[in-house]
Amino acid sequence: MTINWFKYASPASFYFLAGRMIPFFIIAAVILLIIGLYIGFFVAPTDFQQGEAYRIIFIHVPAAWMSMFLYVVMAFWAGIGLAFNTRLSSMVASAIAPTGAMFTFLALWTGAWWGKPMWGTWWVWDARLTSELILFFLYIGFMSLQAAIDDPRRADKAGAIIALVGVVNIPIIYFSVQWWNTLHQGASVSLVQSPKMATAMLTGMLIMALAAWMYSIVMVLMRTRMIILERERHTAWVSELKEGVSK
Amino acid sequence: MILWIIKRDLLLAMRRRSDVLTTLFFFIIVVSLFPLGVGPEMNMLRMMAPGVVWVAALLASMLALGRMFSSDYVDGTLEQMLLSPVSLSGLVMGKALSHWLVTGVPLVLMAPVLGIQYDLPVEALMVLTLSLLLGTPVLSLVGAIGAALTLGLRGGGVLVSLLVLPLYIPVLIFGAGAVEASTAGMGFDAHLSLLGAFLLVSLVFSPWATAASLRISMA
Amino acid sequence: MSWESWSDFFAMGGYGFYVWGSYLVALLCVLGEVVLVRNRRRTLHKQLGLKDKSSL
Repeated sequence: MTINWFKYASPASFYFLAGRMIPFFIIAAVILLIIGLYIGFFVAPTDFQQGEAYRIIFIHVPAAWMSMFLYVVMAFWAGIGLAFNTRLSSMVASAIAPTGAMFTFLALWTGAWWGKPMWGTWWVWDARLTSELILFFLYIGFMSLQAAIDDPRRADKAGAIIALVGVVNIPIIYFSVQWWNTLHQGASVSLVQSPKMATAMLTGMLIMALAAWMYSIVMVLMRTRMIILERERHTAWVSELKEGVSK
Repeated sequence: MILWIIKRDLLLAMRRRSDVLTTLFFFIIVVSLFPLGVGPEMNMLRMMAPGVVWVAALLASMLALGRMFSSDYVDGTLEQMLLSPVSLSGLVMGKALSHWLVTGVPLVLMAPVLGIQYDLPVEALMVLTLSLLLGTPVLSLVGAIGAALTLGLRGGGVLVSLLVLPLYIPVLIFGAGAVEASTAGMGFDAHLSLLGAFLLVSLVFSPWATAASLRISMA
Repeated sequence: MSWESWSDFFAMGGYGFYVWGSYLVALLCVLGEVVLVRNRRRTLHKQLGLKDKSSL
């Protein structure tokens, strides 16, 4: 039972492995999405305080979770790539960023569309909303920096530094924003979910979060495959691929 | 070594005095534009003053970041510095400190005068100056990372703002918060201690991260 | 089941605009990302002269 896991750290073998894994994750994402939406719209009861508007939670909370989780994962792989000079981990890191930014945008958007009927405004300078906005800026900064650098190895390493600096700063930023928010408590915004949230709501939310997770894996794998092809276009295995002798 | 770098950079800055003055006047102009935009209502201006002065300081210090390494990069000095046996972190620390002496200190000295424009009480003026004194070195140190990462890139100037401004947010919050707390008659020591903590943390980590970034950018 | 009819479902208890506004944009974001990735893949395969065996 000795599987050589390091084999898959080579871009070429990862390319084929990822290609075989993608269909399974697509199926998982679609099934989870259907179950999640079904529970969200047909099983979960109407919230007695917020009526039907709360059903935005089934995309809002998973999107917000994924946006934060993906940033940490991105910084982790970028850091590994910087520390051990493994090309594949840096490629994964840059493949994660667009999906992460998309979820951040989605969390902000749905937050606004939930806030309007509940709080009466599209935007409040709430600690969580503000931190999410700053997270969006961090993703944009990471992607623009990598896009501005032509040499891929320099882009990987520079991106890793800015991602790691961002990760160190996120807690500091979060607590300063939180503190700032309590000081400037304007119109009372108390959207703390009651602890006894209906189980169907919680289940729906968790399943939707899993679906978002599977979706992110699909996107990241696909994008990593393309980055591998782009960077290794002059290697022997890619030219074999061209001649159609691939597995 | 650090002292030598600071001395050298200050000498270079004195030869090109217009750069220093440009940053300072940018700061003054931005702060003076706000009353023209929002109206001369004194109560409102007094409330806005800490935020306005701090945001202007952030922008002014960021504008000058591009110069921190670029001239040494262009004439090849930076490459020699990387090759020399002295510690790169120490060297970077010297560059960040001289950046602060050239752009940060003039802002600190100018801030009380600008605060008077906004009718801040004397105590608030003192707190404003103190908070800038503690906060602007953090801006230079954190900014050094961004400047090193974007070295020699096209459009580096705009990019550096995208990278660095989100990281400046804690300094902005507590810097402006200190002044607000003092005008509201509350204690402001906690804010200043936090700014001091930020300064210590960035003094420890930033030279190291900047040195790593420089090595990446010059490789 | 909390819905009497389809129109009841689409009305979302009066919050239809907000609920469907959020879900529509979520759908657009996901579709947009998928389309972008597939376009990038197609141009890449064309450049490299690979045959597009699967649509993944």
